[in-house]
Amino acid sequence: MSSRMNPVAARLFAAVVCLLSLLPGAEAADLRPLLKQLASDERSAVVEAVEALGNSGDPLALSILEALQGGTLRLTPAGRALIASDTGSPLQELGSGKAAAADPTALVTPLVSNQVRRAIEPAIAQLQLVSPDGATRLKAARELARRAGPEDAALMRAVLARETEPEIRLALESALARLDLTNPDRDLRLQAIRRIQAQGDIQLKSELVRLTAAKEDGAFAEPDAEVRAAAAAAIHAIDRRQTLVGLVANLLYGLSLGSVLLLAALGLAITFGQMGIINMAHGEMLMLGAYTAYAIQNFVRSALPGLFDYYLVPALPAAFLVCALVGIALERSILRFLYGRPLESLLATWGISLVIIQVVRLVFGAQNVTVANPSWLSGGYAAAPGLVLPYSRVAIVLLGAIVVALVWLLLQRTSLGLQIRAVTQNRPMAASMGVRTAWVDTLTFALGSGVAGIGGVALSQLGNVGPELGQSYIVDSFMVVVLGGVGNIGGAIAGAMGLGIVAKYLEPFTDAVLAKIFLLLFIILFIQKRPQGLFALKGRAAEG
Amino acid sequence: MHGRLESIASLHTRRGWLAFLAITLTVMVGLPLLNLLPPAGGRLHLPDFLIPLLGKFFCYGIVALAMDLIWGYVGVLSLGHGVFFALGGYAMGMHLMRSIGTEGVYRSKLPDFMVFLDWKELPWYWQGFDHFWFAALMALLVPTGLAYVFGFFAFRSRIRGVYFSIITQALTFAMMLLFFRNNTGFGGNNGLTDFKRLLGFSLHAHSTKVSLYLVSGAALALSYLACRFVVSSKLGRLLAAIRDAESRIMFSGYNPLDYKLFAWTLSALLCGLAGALYVPQVGIINPGEMQPSNSIEMAIWVAVGGRGTLVGPLLGALLVNGAKSVFTVVYPEAWLFLLGGLFIGVTLFLPRGLLGLFDSAGQVWRRARKRPGPAHNPRSDDEPAATLTPMTPDGAAE
Repeated sequence: MSSRMNPVAARLFAAVVCLLSLLPGAEAADLRPLLKQLASDERSAVVEAVEALGNSGDPLALSILEALQGGTLRLTPAGRALIASDTGSPLQELGSGKAAAADPTALVTPLVSNQVRRAIEPAIAQLQLVSPDGATRLKAARELARRAGPEDAALMRAVLARETEPEIRLALESALARLDLTNPDRDLRLQAIRRIQAQGDIQLKSELVRLTAAKEDGAFAEPDAEVRAAAAAAIHAIDRRQTLVGLVANLLYGLSLGSVLLLAALGLAITFGQMGIINMAHGEMLMLGAYTAYAIQNFVRSALPGLFDYYLVPALPAAFLVCALVGIALERSILRFLYGRPLESLLATWGISLVIIQVVRLVFGAQNVTVANPSWLSGGYAAAPGLVLPYSRVAIVLLGAIVVALVWLLLQRTSLGLQIRAVTQNRPMAASMGVRTAWVDTLTFALGSGVAGIGGVALSQLGNVGPELGQSYIVDSFMVVVLGGVGNIGGAIAGAMGLGIVAKYLEPFTDAVLAKIFLLLFIILFIQKRPQGLFALKGRAAEG
Repeated sequence: MHGRLESIASLHTRRGWLAFLAITLTVMVGLPLLNLLPPAGGRLHLPDFLIPLLGKFFCYGIVALAMDLIWGYVGVLSLGHGVFFALGGYAMGMHLMRSIGTEGVYRSKLPDFMVFLDWKELPWYWQGFDHFWFAALMALLVPTGLAYVFGFFAFRSRIRGVYFSIITQALTFAMMLLFFRNNTGFGGNNGLTDFKRLLGFSLHAHSTKVSLYLVSGAALALSYLACRFVVSSKLGRLLAAIRDAESRIMFSGYNPLDYKLFAWTLSALLCGLAGALYVPQVGIINPGEMQPSNSIEMAIWVAVGGRGTLVGPLLGALLVNGAKSVFTVVYPEAWLFLLGGLFIGVTLFLPRGLLGLFDSAGQVWRRARKRPGPAHNPRSDDEPAATLTPMTPDGAAE
């Protein structure tokens, strides 16, 4: 294949190679007779040698078999293994990886027939299972578990007896359990069922179901009644566990949806509580935040590709700033003239949102854009079999918690927060105490818009970003405000999380759309009982 | 009987009635004649495409009246009137679907989308829509019923101001989602379309279009008179009083619930009527009509024209939709800027709308003529009682 070596040079090195091969390498010495056998013309002898190599448990045997499978194995008459490469570089000695010279004419390419090929695969798997490298073992165990037949059971038991890595044991045990289900030994079957139950493997559940099901002629696939009972109990246990896993997963999805809603509605609740106006353009702040993330992503990708994984770090404060500045501009130029006219402010802010959407469409195009997840946010944490918690969802819940904590600190522990609360409770009184209410209004508006911008960055990690992004969230965030009541963080948290979690738990029973409709109906009925929301302000503030 | 006639006659001054009759005659007789008599392409000829377009605008005009009734006179801003409009439209659309008969794409007795969904028979809520009278009744009853139930719960718990507005927005949003589902049975995303005929007349014939135009115009004129009747009655004064100081009305021994509920359901009824007339003229009804943005646009018609005047919102509906028709064709990118600017500009600078602007201008001019010199106070005691009373801050800032 690649023996384009200079024949003279080859001869020169041949002697050296021969000397080297005589050096006592313990394992190499053990394999040498097998390698000689591998070079045999007899097909059955080759198969035998492959099987023997598989049983040897030698790491070097694995490399030999892999080379044999790839067709790159060359054998010297002395029984040494060399690997040929396509690139024309010198032959390498297996194991040491040193360049080795040998007489190309004397080299033997072992015979690889289909029969041999069939023998190679299990032998390789067998060797991989005892490889010192944990990752190789795990891979082999998974591969074996996927396609194991009854003939592999003994091997797996042997490996299992020595294996200590829990993940590998798990893969082997479930593979073994699947095989044992059809074992003639009743005790082994029972043991297998117990193991499946303990592991809660959904894929194996169908095997259990098959066991307990009656065939057409009324007989059962499983003759023993006790085993059938055990299987039925195991199915029940697996189902229960699956429900639990579903509940936990829904909780996370609900919390993350709630967090997005919270980030969207928090600003709305604060500004509505303080200024009595509903900002219909609030959804567009989410959208602007998401587009800020998009712009920063593109900038980092082109200017600092090495730091791409960290583009979210500047994106969060940037989104806050951009949206806060837009908020200040809107408040100063338009909204401050509308205080005391809530219905008109509703229409004016709707007009603002139309203009913002159209501007974004002209700048970024009407098509949706994609904001890539950084690598540390893709994938998820496998908490239990069948339960994968996506990192992006977990991160959004954390982000929501951090932002809410910061806003709470701002409101409760700073003088600005004190002024905001004072203006919310009694504007004329606050003004007469020297609070610059107009200034406080502007800053509150900036704060609410900025928080929505951060929510937009979170949204950009969940799906595509388009000019209409904010529109789809605005009704939901209003509902949060209605549910939670205005002007307090606790209400917004309860409203957002309640809506998010209930929506996710309703979805399995109906479809997502009906779940949403039920929620809206519920809210309409809910405000019959509590028109001021879950956490109505008491006393004078409530009179508005 | 005599008293009834008298009260109708007192809806307008003599000049008002003359203007009403002149406009009605122009719309109902003049324009159709201009379309039908002069040869096509002639200078006086009204192009054919304008007839259904104007008919559509008349439907919007009825919606604007309905919005004004509830917003201008009761101070309740609904952001969900699109639902009532669309429900009326769907009821008519269902009848039109049934009138297709077996001429659909699949030659089935069932509407095409049901064949597509592999439904074998008509769902129960489609029964009866084969009859025009039933569909017409439903076009009015369904929106009215929904409005009654929704309004009863909302007004009973005294949901007011922006709370009411965003709840109505949620209502239209929820209904839109519901109608978007294929399994709801109203054609899902595509809605109801491909209509062939109404009461045996082909919808593609020009004569049918002119007839629908005339019916819409008549409906608009009658709706206007009905609204004028309501707002100038004692009930109308009560509604305005509720708008301006609901608590005081309660202390005076009235229960605002009944009055608000009446105006609210009447408003929904008018919307249902408008929707039923709209669908045969545009040939399609789909859940897009229930988008929250559509309902908010209805509010801007009213705001542009001037709340609490009935005539103003009519004017606003015609102007805004006329501008929309022109701009979305000539310069589509600018339309949203214009519409957004309209929302902002009208609320900031024209709180009383165009009619308010004319009114102020007229007063300034009259005063200037009476006694020369600058007018210091354009709004004084001799201001006619019929003009709009702007919403007072304490009425609106609940």
